[in-house]
Amino acid sequence: MNNFNHYYDTQITRQVISVIVINEHNVLSRIVGLFSARGYNIDSLTVAPISGSEYSRMTIVTTGDKRIIDQIVKQLNKLIPVLKVNEHQNVIEKETVLIKFPIDQPISDIDVLARAYNGHIQNVTDDAIVISATDAPSRIANFTNIMSKFKPLEVVKSGVVAMER
Amino acid sequence: MKITGAKMVTESLKEEGVDVVFGYPGGAIMNVYDEIYKQSFFQHILTRHEQAAIHAAEGYAKSTGRVGVAIVTSGPGFTNAVTGLADAYMDSVPLVVISGQVPTTIIGTDGFQEIDAVGISRPCTKHNYLVKDIKDLPRVIKEAFHIANTGRPGPVHIDIPKDVTAEVADFKYPKEVNLPTYKPTVNYNKRQLKKAMDAIAKSKKPLFYVGGGAILSNCAYEIRKLAEMTNIPVVETLMARGVMGENHDLLIGMLGMHGEFAANMAAHDTDCLISLGARFDDRVTGRLDEFAKKAKVVHIDIDPTSIAKLVHTNYPIVGDLKVTVEGMIESGKKMEFNDYRNWVSLLKDYKEKEPLRYNDSDSFIKPQWVIQKVGETLGSKAIITTDVGQHQMWTAQFYPFSFPRQWNTSGGLGTMGYGLPAAMGVARGNKDKVSINFTGDGSILMNIQELMTCVEFDLPVINIVLNNNYLGMVRQWQTLFYENRISQTDLSMQPDFKMLAEAFGGIGYRVTTKAEFEAALKDAIEKKKPAMIDVVVARDEIVLPMVPNGHALNEMTLIGDSNE
Repeated sequence: MNNFNHYYDTQITRQVISVIVINEHNVLSRIVGLFSARGYNIDSLTVAPISGSEYSRMTIVTTGDKRIIDQIVKQLNKLIPVLKVNEHQNVIEKETVLIKFPIDQPISDIDVLARAYNGHIQNVTDDAIVISATDAPSRIANFTNIMSKFKPLEVVKSGVVAMER
Repeated sequence: MKITGAKMVTESLKEEGVDVVFGYPGGAIMNVYDEIYKQSFFQHILTRHEQAAIHAAEGYAKSTGRVGVAIVTSGPGFTNAVTGLADAYMDSVPLVVISGQVPTTIIGTDGFQEIDAVGISRPCTKHNYLVKDIKDLPRVIKEAFHIANTGRPGPVHIDIPKDVTAEVADFKYPKEVNLPTYKPTVNYNKRQLKKAMDAIAKSKKPLFYVGGGAILSNCAYEIRKLAEMTNIPVVETLMARGVMGENHDLLIGMLGMHGEFAANMAAHDTDCLISLGARFDDRVTGRLDEFAKKAKVVHIDIDPTSIAKLVHTNYPIVGDLKVTVEGMIESGKKMEFNDYRNWVSLLKDYKEKEPLRYNDSDSFIKPQWVIQKVGETLGSKAIITTDVGQHQMWTAQFYPFSFPRQWNTSGGLGTMGYGLPAAMGVARGNKDKVSINFTGDGSILMNIQELMTCVEFDLPVINIVLNNNYLGMVRQWQTLFYENRISQTDLSMQPDFKMLAEAFGGIGYRVTTKAEFEAALKDAIEKKKPAMIDVVVARDEIVLPMVPNGHALNEMTLIGDSNE
């Protein structure tokens, strides 16, 4: 027999969703408005047009239990300008971070660490050095943590982009 | 042949076969109104408030099944319409609402009567458009009608800047809609339906739980046929009143917060709940984790988001309800179902033991008596609209509904002020029926100005005000759950409704006895004029039975002797 209770107590999971939408005025506010109106989380969101078409791809990282994720996918599908929604199970995820350090920090240490995370020095001026790194979100989080000891002046992270393996 | 954007609007409405538009003119929409003046293929009904224009279009749409159309101006004209849009969105009413907007050159400069209309309407419409280029206008209107009236219906809002309605361009109304991203599922999955039908046939206590979707997809008669064929009992939600017809042998009644004991017990005891176009609203389920917890759930809906939104579904089926129910009848013909006679007779015992009833009185009028009296007098000759509150629940409980679309109420949003304008839309769309609006003394004042519209356009709505000088439903909750602290719900100070009706040019009555009411009703029906019958009813009557908030359906407060 049914037990509805069990249906509500599923584990909270992190989910990467990609949404293909018609590239038109107002479409981003429809998506974001849906999330805020229904109380869903957006951990990160990236949008870029798909070249050579009238569509854009949004990559959204969200968290919720099974029922919420199921609703998010269905509600997104219901929006008129949405062509396709993918719940990714097995993906390559990448995130980029840009970090600016004062020039008096040990540049060689910074460079070595950046390389360990697929990054390198992007720019050097009289008073600052900028590095970038692109890697899986968890590694980027780790990298940002480590680099905090070099007293960064600024940290800028992109959202997540993802592709099924 | 080049024509203006404004003329494109009226020509498109003509192409869509629109025969009535409800609206209110203003600065930004004037070009369209100039074209309305020049044309003769549809009637324009000037309401006295934009909210009423939308509700009137809703009443028209709900009672006829056609798309309702309303036109308003920018800024305050549009913001007044928002409540109507939200109401239509919650009840899935097919509407196309056109609003004027300031010229494109002014957009974003906080111009006079400028508001971000599409920003406001986004969460309360099925879809919306801001038309910045006149070339898009015919396509957008075509798409709007298509979106409003397909899949799960809903309101579509089109915002048109004034310069777009003034410009000229070639006009060709598209024959086809080309929306690659919008393709609602009509046909059900056959294998899934077979599995569901097998589960139903094997169950011992199956129950059809029918919602407003049954009305929207025009399949009330198919549902009756399916129930008769399988001998499975039926409960209706508030929005589904009239699907089975009051005297149908298999109708157990309305379920939910103010549903019948038997219907709620049926939902509590069933081992196979078959949802037909219902959406497990909190006013139906009561405490969710206790709702139908012995049951396997079959959920049929055109909108996938409704399925498994609130309860776990064993057999989800996405598709048009009418098509699916026809499929169920076909596959049911070749199947053996269990014998459900004991189950049906158990529910009938419940019904006999605990019927819907009230303690009538000869010294004052009971509101339930008024509704029953109108039911006896008019029955299927009337289409019933209500406002929101106690009178709405009593009407749902005590009026003998006999056909779909006879019942017209604001269910999802619960909008006070819905009744009178919606009843105007009903009167305009159903000239062979009497349009009755049951209302309360609180609700009626929210759109009272529409009496003027009724009189001007000869829309003979009979408003029956069940006047208890209270904001009754809120007062009921204060009595039951707030230790009788009557905060701001005592409406002892009310206008003279009889004189008010007369001031607008309608007919007014004030009645305090049953005989007076019968005479007034008879007179109003004969005169076929807009009328208002102010009925002084028992002040302290409460709506029972009731599932208190947060309780399960089997924990009802029943109609005891408390209801004096």
